[in-house]
Amino acid sequence: MKLHINGTVRDVEEPGDTPLLWVLRDELGLVGTKFGCGMAQCGACTVHLDGKPTRSCVLPAASVGDRHVTTIEGLSKDGPHAVQKAWLEADVVQCGYCQSGQLMTAAALIEAKPDPTDNDIDAAMSGNVCRCGTYQRVREAIHLAAKIRKGAAK
Amino acid sequence: MSAAVSRRGFLGQAAGLAIAFYVPLGSGPKVAQAAAEKGAKAAAKAVPLPPANAFLHIGTDDSVTVLLAHSEMGQSMWTALPMLITEELECDWSKVRAEHAPAADVYKFPMFGMQMTGGSSSTYGEFDRYRTIGATAKHLLLEAAAKRLHTTPDRLTVDKGVITFGKQTLTYGQVAEEAMKLPQPATVKLKDPKDWKVIGHPTKRLDSPEKIDGTAKFGMDVQFPGLRTAVVARPPAFGAKLVSYDDSAALAVRGVEKVVRTTDGVAVVAKNFWAAKLGRDALKIQWQQPADGGVSTAKQIAEFHDLAKKPGAIGTNKGDVDAAMASAAGKIEVDYGFPYLAHAPMEPLNCAVKFENGKVDVWTGTQFQTFDQVAVAKVFGVKPTDVDIHTMFLGGGFGRRGNPKSDWIVEAAEIAKATGLPIKTVWTREDDIRGGYYRPSYLHRVTVGVDSRGMPVAWDHVVVGQSIMAGGPMEAIMVKHGVDESSVEGLGDNPYLESVSAKRVSLHSPKTDIPVLWWRSVGNTHTAFAMECAIDELAHRAGKDPLAYRLALLEGKTRHVNALKLAAARASWGTPPEKGRARGMAIHESFGSIVAEVAEVSVDNGVIRVHSVTCAVDCGGVVNPLGVEAQVQGSVAFGLTAALHGELTFENGHAKQSNFHDYKPLRMYEMPVVAVHTIDSGAKRGGIGEPSTAPIAPAVANAVFALTGQRLRSLPLRLA
Ligand code: FES
Ligand code: FES
Repeated sequence: MKLHINGTVRDVEEPGDTPLLWVLRDELGLVGTKFGCGMAQCGACTVHLDGKPTRSCVLPAASVGDRHVTTIEGLSKDGPHAVQKAWLEADVVQCGYCQSGQLMTAAALIEAKPDPTDNDIDAAMSGNVCRCGTYQRVREAIHLAAKIRKGAAK
Repeated sequence: MSAAVSRRGFLGQAAGLAIAFYVPLGSGPKVAQAAAEKGAKAAAKAVPLPPANAFLHIGTDDSVTVLLAHSEMGQSMWTALPMLITEELECDWSKVRAEHAPAADVYKFPMFGMQMTGGSSSTYGEFDRYRTIGATAKHLLLEAAAKRLHTTPDRLTVDKGVITFGKQTLTYGQVAEEAMKLPQPATVKLKDPKDWKVIGHPTKRLDSPEKIDGTAKFGMDVQFPGLRTAVVARPPAFGAKLVSYDDSAALAVRGVEKVVRTTDGVAVVAKNFWAAKLGRDALKIQWQQPADGGVSTAKQIAEFHDLAKKPGAIGTNKGDVDAAMASAAGKIEVDYGFPYLAHAPMEPLNCAVKFENGKVDVWTGTQFQTFDQVAVAKVFGVKPTDVDIHTMFLGGGFGRRGNPKSDWIVEAAEIAKATGLPIKTVWTREDDIRGGYYRPSYLHRVTVGVDSRGMPVAWDHVVVGQSIMAGGPMEAIMVKHGVDESSVEGLGDNPYLESVSAKRVSLHSPKTDIPVLWWRSVGNTHTAFAMECAIDELAHRAGKDPLAYRLALLEGKTRHVNALKLAAARASWGTPPEKGRARGMAIHESFGSIVAEVAEVSVDNGVIRVHSVTCAVDCGGVVNPLGVEAQVQGSVAFGLTAALHGELTFENGHAKQSNFHDYKPLRMYEMPVVAVHTIDSGAKRGGIGEPSTAPIAPAVANAVFALTGQRLRSLPLRLA
């Protein structure tokens, strides 16, 4: 099976019903994408599938097909992404384990909604659990990222 | 070894040009802390200087690497301890890096005599040691520079690692090699707090860059050629025992290599996680149910209520409680109930173990290196010093990764030994939620006699719940006359009760098969709720404002009074909140810090919504304001999870909940705006990782009462 991951085509030998998360982590060594629940409840495993945030822990690798997968390792291809800059600025992370997923979901959010409201943030981010409780700074950082993104587009 | 693993090299193996900076060990040197903190006189303390070489490397490239004797689990010790060194060393913050130290005697925490992280103690407990290391290194670097420049150290100035003498400059990196040959000073002087440039200043985390691009390495991420993954079938009920198992279907799963027994269960070892997990699913295991049928929640609650009818082992006893109660003008009798809670750190437990040539390497996120080292040594029959613990970033700990029994580490060691292979165990979320070592379930029965003004004159407090410390290495220190101090902390010495002339705190510690452990802020998670809700009930009964009633009882306790007043003022206590909302408050002292919280809530279709939480925090002094704010916000979120959702229930020893769909964490849409106000009281420094956890549940419960008139006396809070 061939998968498009972070701009390159990777050969994968694992059976097609293996969740994409474990292909990424165990076969391809892309361990930035995390395992938190295995049942689409926490968002730690979030990747982009053609730009859309997707829970890789419940997605059979074979079902990815030709769609392009972006992981946290591929988010900053052209220099730090707006969300990463904002995350540094707002000093968001604590243990950090949920943060790959938070960043991937947030990046997709500001792509879809360049000026997200607090309600948009609630709707988009409530699937991403943070046991350290970084939510307040995640929210702050998303507003900031939206500004950074707009500034860069000007 | 993977890059992730080898870059954790230390002492003398610094990468690239960097040369380890060694401070030669003198014999019995002394430190004079001429500049002690606020108010204290120049007191010379006779304590040995810590060996700076073990804690600090200065590279010829001017890089400064700080070795951390504690584990980073989100609490930001990774930033705070380097700040302490930087304050004294006067190096360039942009060149400062941090690393976890290996497990070794030199990294034992003076406060506890072992290498560990817990009790909210890393920053304040290392406040002197890490500053002293910085001062020692600076002393030697300046001496080396003075020699090179043919002058004396007192004629040099230093700023951000650059030493200046007239027009000449030298960097720390340029003199590091010479400095390492100099003898250790007999004494060093620490800076006067008024000269601090780093301590107390908002400083961004040093571990952010690697945590936002996926490169930070957690135990879960350890990979190296030959490493297998093990997934373990553990007893489905607490107290159940393995009878037999059939592994033929498991061994037929593609990628599964071996199936071995562990002390409690059966491990499936495979080339990767998914194969191991499918293999475990395919195991056919016969378990024997617990002999006594196992814990069932309803039955246990009834038993706890029976026990609470009589006083237990006496923790505090002052005056004649029974007589004072009998002659009191009025009385309230209330029960508060608390369920078992799992820690559910975001990163499920895992541990990699490799045994080769009589040496063991362990990679995991742990809070208890010293215990783990001894436990693993026992499994393999080697010396503790033959066990290298590589502490990885912890994807949350909250107490679960600090187990004196090292349960998940011993299990991994057993599997590595049985298979003869390097293995990494990976727990699923279900394994985690159902795996035990919970915050125990408790019942508090609180009987309070009041005088004619409604003020307490007799306080009888019975606590029922499993002992965390019994049977563990802390038992000797923590369990006195049958009372586990951690089950009753914050009750007997509660400042509200100081003026109450008759009080009794007693404890029943029933035993069950469910293993229990400390959970962020330990006993305070339930004692603060019982105290703060009872006080609120008393205030209401007396017809007094909850703030005024508290202030009256706390008269003379300046720090408490100030914290309460500040939180109240910032939350606009006394002015009406928005329509449909109400406020409640709580204050609690734990880990040396005092935190007051005011929560503003509403009820939306029967669901409690917490809109804002205003916190006043007195932790003595603040090292990193950004870190303190983050810990308070995080603690509030953690405590709010327990207040609104957290509950494990059991049937025949089997936990009914299993994952985040039925063991619910707080989510973004439920997160209140948390405002953090710190009080620089100058009191003895306290901790910050836990103390804000306990007050949130009572603050919310008291607000819910103010709004609805319903007294919710058990957690999680559920409206009638
Ligand atoms: S691991 Fe995929 S959503 Fe939790
Ligand atoms: S930062 Fe620890 S779980 Fe989010």
